[in-house]
Amino acid sequence: MLIRSTRKPVVLLALVALLMSVGACKKEVAAPPPPAPAPAPPPPARPTVTLQASQSFIQSGEAATLNWSSTNATELKLQPGIGSVAPEGSTRVSPAQSTTYTITATGPGGSADASVRVTVSAPPPPPPPARPAATLEELFRANVFDAYYDYDKADVRADARDALAKTAEFLRTHQQVRVLIEGHCDERGSTEYNLALGDRRAQAARQFLVSLGVAAERLDTVSWGKERPFCTQSAEECWQQNRRAHFVMAR
Amino acid sequence: MFIGGFLMLLTSPAAAQDWFRTGTGLGVEKARVAVAEFAPRNQASQPLARVFTDVLTADLEFSGILELVSKSFHPLRVPAVPADLKVEEWNREPVLAHMVAFGNLTLDSSQLIVEAWFYDVRSAATPAILSKRYRVDGTETAARRVAHEFADEIISRLSGGLPGVATTQIAFISSRTGFKEVWAMDYDGANQRPLTNLRSISLTPRWSPDAARIAFTCYARSASGTTSAQICIHSLETGKPVAFVRYRGTNSTPAWAPDGSKIIFMSSMHGDPELFMIDTTGTNLKRITYSAGADTSPAWNPKTGQTIAFVSDRGGIPQLYLMNADGSNVEKLELPDMGYVIDPAWSPNGQLLAFSWRRPNGNYDLYVMDVATRQIVELTRDAGRNERPSWASDGRHIVFESTRTGARQIWTMLADGSAARQLTFEGHNESPNWSPRWFSAPEASGRFLFARGFLDGRMNGAFL
Repeated sequence: MLIRSTRKPVVLLALVALLMSVGACKKEVAAPPPPAPAPAPPPPARPTVTLQASQSFIQSGEAATLNWSSTNATELKLQPGIGSVAPEGSTRVSPAQSTTYTITATGPGGSADASVRVTVSAPPPPPPPARPAATLEELFRANVFDAYYDYDKADVRADARDALAKTAEFLRTHQQVRVLIEGHCDERGSTEYNLALGDRRAQAARQFLVSLGVAAERLDTVSWGKERPFCTQSAEECWQQNRRAHFVMAR
Repeated sequence: MFIGGFLMLLTSPAAAQDWFRTGTGLGVEKARVAVAEFAPRNQASQPLARVFTDVLTADLEFSGILELVSKSFHPLRVPAVPADLKVEEWNREPVLAHMVAFGNLTLDSSQLIVEAWFYDVRSAATPAILSKRYRVDGTETAARRVAHEFADEIISRLSGGLPGVATTQIAFISSRTGFKEVWAMDYDGANQRPLTNLRSISLTPRWSPDAARIAFTCYARSASGTTSAQICIHSLETGKPVAFVRYRGTNSTPAWAPDGSKIIFMSSMHGDPELFMIDTTGTNLKRITYSAGADTSPAWNPKTGQTIAFVSDRGGIPQLYLMNADGSNVEKLELPDMGYVIDPAWSPNGQLLAFSWRRPNGNYDLYVMDVATRQIVELTRDAGRNERPSWASDGRHIVFESTRTGARQIWTMLADGSAARQLTFEGHNESPNWSPRWFSAPEASGRFLFARGFLDGRMNGAFL
């Protein structure tokens, strides 16, 4: 503190006098001339603090380590959730969600703080429970299509070609499957002729599959004529249902 | 001895349909026959006397070659023995009988004795035509049998040697047990019984010419392990199946050669369905037809053994064809308009072909064609679906399947389409086949033996 001797000598003398009278309860004698005033102590330094995390990004359930150090601090508080800590140290944290940690250092010289953010990401969802693989029978039912025929005919018509193409695809990719092709007829023809027509239908489907690359040995045929209908109404919807080559997985 | 079963065409060119008239002796009036009540000699034989009289009457009525005198005209006195018979009571008004069948029955400690006579009552000089004595078990079954036998004797006499069919059987398919099995019944619908118990699907039964076996279509495992249509044979003698060769593919509609040595059948063993022939021993397989499309339902001419009729769709839809038994000379049977033609069946004299025809806008109806002239006659019309005709050995009757009552049933009729009679009533019944003349019935009770014979009339065995 600079003394402005020129301006306030009286104030200075008063102060010295006050100090001398207050500071000591001893008998005052004629005081020796006061010593030269001591220089004022330097003001305290401001605190500093640093805070670091070992990992800024963790997954839920994982932990990170916070490290800090400080100077000129007498009190340190680490928030959230931890509280007073030593001027220098570390601790493990495992926040449930992303958290910004702040350490505040206070000392005679003031306070300081530092922050670090730990980001928590959700874990990957657990894998769904494993489903049993579809059985071969289920795959067969889903991917093999019967061929339908016109009245009194065994020709493979356009929609039957599509059905047989899909069936061939399945059979080509599932080489272990063997098939029985059943030929069926509607009720309007005669019993005897329908045994023959059912055979022709089954054979027509078989030949078409062979032409699409399915090995002939995997395909067997049987004619049921009109003896095993799929429905019995006397109407075209039912009759068409019965005019077909029907695929069965052979055992 | 002429063949009998002669058919006379009534030709009237303008008529939409012609009718065959069946009968024997062209233009001769039918004999008037009276069947007297056969007299029970003792109380115990009364019910069997009733059965005998009823069956004999029905058999003679069925024959189509005579006129039965109504019972209401019979004289009151029932003749039990020839001494009782007063011909003048029978040949005058109102009876006007030409012939009388009469006799008696005695039931004696479970044996039935039948004495039966057939007298010409217009001729007092030599009235006896038939004189028979039968001894059988005292059961209704046996009583029916002897009545059938006696009826056939009468019919044979009246038709100049052509035997009656009263002792014949009809094989057919019935689904009444829940499975289509081969069944048999008397020609009049009595005694319906299953022959097979395969519990699968059995079809198209055909009697062998000696009536000892029935060939039919069955479903059985082939060599490859697949269940498919095969030819099966049932033995009437053992009541059991007889092993037969199995082939790939669909095998169906077996038909016997008239001499019983071969079977012709449809098979798709080499591709599309064709006709094949094989010895009944199962050897010597021969392919007979070579055509695109399906050939099926073969029928062998029973008189000549040389011609086979069959169904083929080589022209697009099923039609009738003829060919020689070796497959040569295939000829299409042309019909007036297109339609679906199936089920060929030869008459015993080999001159007529019955078949089923669904004409455009029509239903399945039965027709008969004279193969020589190609003239056709319609037998059924507007009465359901009528299919699978099969001729009786007398050439006068046809058995067939019809849906005219709603369900599919077996019917018989005269070969001119008249006198239709329903034989089955339970479940669904189809695919009838009339047995040859002699039917051997090992299950018949008693010591009544049937002679086993062939279509040419040779007989083995004897009556007791």
